[in-house]
Amino acid sequence: MTRPLPPVVTPRLRDKAQAFGLTTAEFDEVVTRLGREPNAVEAGVFGALWSEHCGYKNSRPLLRLLPTQGAAVLQGPGENAGVVDIGEGLAVAFKMESHNHPSAVEPVQGAGTGVGGILRDIFAMGARPFAVLDSLRFGELNSPRSRHLLAGVVAGISSYGNAVGVPTVGGEVEVNACFEENPLVNVMALGLLRHEDLQRGTVGAVGNRLLYVGSRTGRDGLGGAVFASADLSVASEADRPAVQVGDPFMEKLLLEACLEAFARDFVAGVQDMGAAGLASSVAEMAHRAGKGVDLDLDAVPRREEGMTALEVMLSESQERMMLTAKPGREVELLSLFDRFGLEAAWVGVVRDHGELRLLEGGEVVAAMPVEALNRPPEYVREGREDDAVLAARRRDLSGMPEVDDPAGALLTLLSSPTIASKEPVYRRYDHQVMTNTVVLPGSADAAVLRVKGTSLGVAATVDCNSRYVYLSPRLGAAHAVAEAARNLSCVGAEPLGVTDNLNFGNPTDPGVYHQLSEAIHGIEEACLALGTPVTGGNVSLYNQYVDGDVTRAVHPTPTIGMVGVLRDVSRRATQGLKRHGDVLLLLGDGVPGSGASEFLFRLHGMEAGCPPALDLAAEAAVQRVVRRLIMSGACDTAHDVSTGGLAVCLAEMTMTGGVGLVATVPALSVPGAGRDAALFGESSARIVVAVKPDDVAAVLVACEAESVAAVRLGEATGDRFRLVVEGREDSAIDLAVDELLTAWRATFEGALG
Amino acid sequence: MRPTTSKGIAVISFPGSNCDDDARHALQAVLGAPVRMVWHDETDLSGYLAVVLPGGFSFGDYLRGGALAAQSPVMAAVGAFARRGGPVLGICNGFQVLTEAGLLPGQLARNRSLGFVCRDVHLRVERSAPPFTTRTPVGSVLRLPVAHGEGAYYADDETLDRLEGDGLVAFRYCDAAGVAVPEANVNGASRSIAGVVNARGNVMGMMPHPERAVEPLLGYGDGRLVLGSLLDQVMAAAA
Repeated sequence: MTRPLPPVVTPRLRDKAQAFGLTTAEFDEVVTRLGREPNAVEAGVFGALWSEHCGYKNSRPLLRLLPTQGAAVLQGPGENAGVVDIGEGLAVAFKMESHNHPSAVEPVQGAGTGVGGILRDIFAMGARPFAVLDSLRFGELNSPRSRHLLAGVVAGISSYGNAVGVPTVGGEVEVNACFEENPLVNVMALGLLRHEDLQRGTVGAVGNRLLYVGSRTGRDGLGGAVFASADLSVASEADRPAVQVGDPFMEKLLLEACLEAFARDFVAGVQDMGAAGLASSVAEMAHRAGKGVDLDLDAVPRREEGMTALEVMLSESQERMMLTAKPGREVELLSLFDRFGLEAAWVGVVRDHGELRLLEGGEVVAAMPVEALNRPPEYVREGREDDAVLAARRRDLSGMPEVDDPAGALLTLLSSPTIASKEPVYRRYDHQVMTNTVVLPGSADAAVLRVKGTSLGVAATVDCNSRYVYLSPRLGAAHAVAEAARNLSCVGAEPLGVTDNLNFGNPTDPGVYHQLSEAIHGIEEACLALGTPVTGGNVSLYNQYVDGDVTRAVHPTPTIGMVGVLRDVSRRATQGLKRHGDVLLLLGDGVPGSGASEFLFRLHGMEAGCPPALDLAAEAAVQRVVRRLIMSGACDTAHDVSTGGLAVCLAEMTMTGGVGLVATVPALSVPGAGRDAALFGESSARIVVAVKPDDVAAVLVACEAESVAAVRLGEATGDRFRLVVEGREDSAIDLAVDELLTAWRATFEGALG
Repeated sequence: MRPTTSKGIAVISFPGSNCDDDARHALQAVLGAPVRMVWHDETDLSGYLAVVLPGGFSFGDYLRGGALAAQSPVMAAVGAFARRGGPVLGICNGFQVLTEAGLLPGQLARNRSLGFVCRDVHLRVERSAPPFTTRTPVGSVLRLPVAHGEGAYYADDETLDRLEGDGLVAFRYCDAAGVAVPEANVNGASRSIAGVVNARGNVMGMMPHPERAVEPLLGYGDGRLVLGSLLDQVMAAAA
């Protein structure tokens, strides 16, 4: 079934503005910019390019706040992906994108094409994709719908990424009932390139010819950009054709052929045909060059008969690239694609008229100023925090009773899906193809890849605690940045840059706009403090669901993807305990509390309280210390204290290393914070390291130099996990490592069907 | 050491191969062997020391793993190379291509779990002979990674009896102690078979990836025993 598109001529086009994804006011704005009424083709192209997905009309004024400059930044926002320098003439291109709505409707294809799209963004920068990470959110796993979505999304990422041959090396899975209807599927990809090989999404000079390469254009994915920007409802089932179908084999051919074309200097500019297909790729490429384009729609390869001009322009058929040839290299370029068995067609010419002109049968059927297409109206809205959120954050938690059985509470937390082992998920992903994966999934706080022919390593992580952001958007978003940097630091990598994927609800809801605005401010503050500029990202709004007769937004989720570099990849750390006798030290004095914690959620059924305080200077200091220790060779075991608190942190070090421990957790001097907060309370700026006894002095010296607190917790020993809170010997935890493992592993076993 | 007439080791690239560069890296950059990449439309492999069919998803593998690649022009040349006694190693998708091309008995079926699996496995060496397993005594245990969705070796009982009787089973999935327990059979292969050779012993297919396991930085070393056996053989022959 194909979604019917408006006819080419309508007597009262303005009345139908909404069918094109435009409000009446936006339609009037199009009339002003054109100086005349648009025809239906033009209205449809404007509607797609001015959608939130393509035009960022609600988020752009806020996104301007983000710091984008830095010594390592070679390419900031505005291109297909950001690029950071990693030294030795090499660079990493990286970006994250969402495929939330397609995955909600058809999880396998929705997630698979999400991988395909982000890989094309990476190789469009001239980089060879070399790693994928994914950040996934679903409803509780006892729901059949959530298990269906989880299994489908994992299958989609697996079948696409594995076939293209790019390893999926890390990620996160968060589970909360708010994601039941509207899951979040964010995929981050990294690519490696030499500085001089950087490509850009531009049409280049007047007279350049545009080459369409890859799959033919069909009606699949039609209106995807509008679809992604509309509320998701039961009616989406009828939108199934708006979900594209992926072909990883075609992607692999395109990847190899494009990289060869770049290497042979045949190409002046290149861009993926992603959201809003031909319309957005050509309009954006023309805009970056400040030029116009004549686009011959009759020349566009099609797989279906009778497609209208608007359908051709907005189709989101997958695995298509738009290139501009370097003058004089057209014949060689065409024959290169022919050798790969790829279909390619000359579809346009660069002009100096500044318009995107569409030709059909030799007639101009649409003429739109490139500037107007790329400058959608911007909305600065009034945000106001929801009373319910305010009340939840301010809830008094001081009278919470202690749990009877701390050991049982630990096992409950280990089996919580957000903490539990994701091994059944990552076993489905080829995480080693390309033979660069130094740190395997599940063994460290970030993925680490070596760079062949150098001593360099590249580390990457994706992070967000959406409950923190829900309860305190500015603080929560800053936490996401801080945790990402902490995770990189815990493998020994220096953070270089950020890509953000902002998943929020409907921005016209003041409560949601407040979350969006506050979260972006939080990212800004943390990125400035930690020296990690934002090089690009993606905005996904309208993530919400119907609950009775109320529409509710999912937990606001500004997923942070962060990339870092290790100068010497042989000096790195993982989280598992490695040697009996190693000394466990807690670095940093972030104060744990139960507010917004996983403990409060899973043991007391509450999403309440304020997330932990975040001292960004302290955060930066403890991260510097850990990086320095790892780089000096004094430390090869580090793990940050995050979800589940210190007890879960230590349990994870035990389980991944297969070595037991004996440790004493410091009692808290804060009023109202008892044993449970000491064990399970969450905080910022805390990292546990395990070092040989001989290296303890070096750790203390390094901490002293940065005024970072260091406390000896205990040592790695035996095959039991023995933990006690200082002064509370009555409630010690004493469990076999195998008991921990059983609880930790059970949750996802069998969850993929 | 090598004669100038030799073209080195041929690593075949099919459209959709994605471990071809990994094989080149392991053989050439790590182990120091001369390597040439050979596109699937070539028809002559004379002059090469050995042929490696790498892993990946040749032609997308939308039909059946290796089924389309087996029809490629280069496969006639691989067949001729094998008939002349040249060593041919198929890894993962390469193993699938060799069975589909009839150069090895049996076939690779979908994993018992029905899902893709990427993990380390232990292999018990069942055959110690040139050109692939001279460095590995019978009964020794290797640790190598697997990454496949269609890797369950299948053959009828008669064929399996013949393979075992003639010593043509090269590797079997086992536990760390070398026992082929059912839980170690990662994909549900017939008799836990992970790799086989042809009757002449010069063509081997294996599902695990030795080319991913030649560098301590990546946490492995046992791939050197397999690829090293091959290099011992062909470099000596070339000298």
